Amino acid sequence: MISNIKAPETTKIKLPRTIFKDFDPREDKILRIIDNEGEVLNKELMPDLDDATIIKAYKSMLFTRITDEMAVSYQRQGRMFTYPPNLGQEAIQTAGGLIIRENDWLAPAFREIGIMMAKGVTPKELFLYYMGNEQGSNFRTANHVLPICVPIGSQLLHATGIGYSIKYQKKDEVVFTYVGDGGTSEGDFSEALNFAGVWNVPVIFTIQNNQYAISVPVKSQTKSVNLAIKAIAFGIPGIKVDGNDFFAMYAAYKEAFDNARSGKGPTLIEALTYRKGAHTTSDDPTKYRTKEEEQEWDKTDPLIRLKKYMDKKGIWKENEEQLIEDFKLDIDKQFTEAENFTAYKLEDIFQYMYVDMPDILKKQKADYEQFQNWKENRK
Amino acid sequence: MSVMTIVQAINNALDIKLEEDKSVVVYGEDTGLEGGVFRVTEGLQKKYGVERVFDSPLAESAIVGAGLGMALSGLRPVVELQFDGFTYPAFNQIISNVSRMHNRSRGVYKIPMVIRFPYGGGINALEHHSESPEALYAHIPGLRVVIPSTPHDAKGLLISAIESDDPVIFMEPKRIYRAIKQEVSNEKYTIPLGKAKVVTEGTDVTIVAFGAMIRECQKAIVLAKEAGISVELIDLRTIYPIDKETIAESIKKTGRLIVVAEAPESFSVGAELMAIANEEAFLYLEAPPKRVMGFDTIVPLAQGEQMYMITPDRIFYEIERTVKF
Repeated sequence: MISNIKAPETTKIKLPRTIFKDFDPREDKILRIIDNEGEVLNKELMPDLDDATIIKAYKSMLFTRITDEMAVSYQRQGRMFTYPPNLGQEAIQTAGGLIIRENDWLAPAFREIGIMMAKGVTPKELFLYYMGNEQGSNFRTANHVLPICVPIGSQLLHATGIGYSIKYQKKDEVVFTYVGDGGTSEGDFSEALNFAGVWNVPVIFTIQNNQYAISVPVKSQTKSVNLAIKAIAFGIPGIKVDGNDFFAMYAAYKEAFDNARSGKGPTLIEALTYRKGAHTTSDDPTKYRTKEEEQEWDKTDPLIRLKKYMDKKGIWKENEEQLIEDFKLDIDKQFTEAENFTAYKLEDIFQYMYVDMPDILKKQKADYEQFQNWKENRK
Repeated sequence: MSVMTIVQAINNALDIKLEEDKSVVVYGEDTGLEGGVFRVTEGLQKKYGVERVFDSPLAESAIVGAGLGMALSGLRPVVELQFDGFTYPAFNQIISNVSRMHNRSRGVYKIPMVIRFPYGGGINALEHHSESPEALYAHIPGLRVVIPSTPHDAKGLLISAIESDDPVIFMEPKRIYRAIKQEVSNEKYTIPLGKAKVVTEGTDVTIVAFGAMIRECQKAIVLAKEAGISVELIDLRTIYPIDKETIAESIKKTGRLIVVAEAPESFSVGAELMAIANEEAFLYLEAPPKRVMGFDTIVPLAQGEQMYMITPDRIFYEIERTVKF
């Protein structure tokens, strides 16, 4: 007997054209809006930003770069400990920084000073942290920013959980979270995308693909044609973007942000960039990459590109040298404040371990104080 | 009052907290619809909805890591990991983030989170289903580790754990999940974390135990009594922070200490108790403190398990040797 039960015919769902659809990572497409010379390649996708905003974006990228370069310099002077440079990755964070709002959340890894500062974290706090004081993660003027998270990829799950809270509490908030190319090999990366997809939470995952996980190139991390394609397996939109193109990053973030706010859930953005500096100040990149490669990437520098665009449009009229001097003065002032921060006390080690400190810790602290007294009286 | 098993008492504690606090959410593998593999959360999804009591995808690191995100953004997650031996994929999140976020952020973020899981052997289970990893978690600064041994304690301790602003590892003795029934108040009550309980007073020897071993110790005490030995039994209830005061006071009284636990002996809670005996009651000791604990081996499968598990006669054997030392 032939069954008269018919399987439903597949209906092709007509989705509105979106950049996430148009730049399908399965075809290894890349979203790029201006080229290395600042020429607009794709007028249609150019974000609708007024000149003042573009100028603000450039200044923010410049401030990030100067802060970063000075951090490396302070470290070299022996005034700060190990520091991971951000040099070359400014466009990604500035684009996110223009979109993220006061109540939106940021779960950073450890190479995101640009968007951290956009959220209100001060250079002083960043310096304090890298001077070896946890008070640098007690962000006094930044709301909803998690401390720097060193265990690779683990912060992505925190972002997913925050996304669940936002949805559960019916708040209009979005979570921005970051990971490097190496971090995409961690189990937590896949688990976070999977949970975020199942829970349909408002989280924007950004991979800062800066080509290297310390010394290991991205081709040794994965056989995938790109990193954005990993979103496909989890049923969420993914896109590969030229991370050194401020406008492309802005366009991608705008759509991801609108998606998140309108209940469409998480997105994955792979931002293609280059870590121009070392992994950290303890690393020597000459061991694993060539000068030629570095020079190739220099041509894509995000600041130079945006500057060329502004010059062509004739909107940049500032005295850049003066601006840099002003930035340096401000940053140095903040560095000095960090250097003169209240001395680290014994209680700083103990008092934040628990909200409600157990007696065992109180006893350990008291024992050490007794030792300190003994040492003092012995002099 | 109602007669409850440990399973029912934990369910009742979750029910009370879900009812009175909208920020409490409960999830894990099979925790929602099915009520967990041990049915601890049975009926709660029906009562509180799928947004508050739900099944998560199968990934322990994500269950805990996402729970941390929830805890720092206004919720009080009570997450369930299915078995002791399945907690290890979540270890990185627990040790590297959950236990540290309050310290790392200098108090900006509190982590009011409970990680529950059944632990311990004696149920003829598969590998990875019979382990006692309390020392692993007790060693991590920033955590509290709690283990109940009765339905009454399970309810009061779990409510305290959920109300704690610090993260709590809540280990449930699966072997006695349903083996012990007890009158338990239907009202809300709490039992303070960090306080041990003197279960039985005695004068000749102190036994410190917790979880499913309390019942085994009580059986051994019957044998000891017949032999004319008076045993003081202390139930730790909280592994960390350990209640040194109650333990030291008891050792000073009896002069002898035996620790009974299922976990491998070396570098264990038993080892910590040896240190407490030495540091806090050295001059009172009349016999070397003794550990009656698991071997430094994997918990054997069913055919070998009876030799691994601590039995009342083995406890009594050590009581006699210690008292006659």
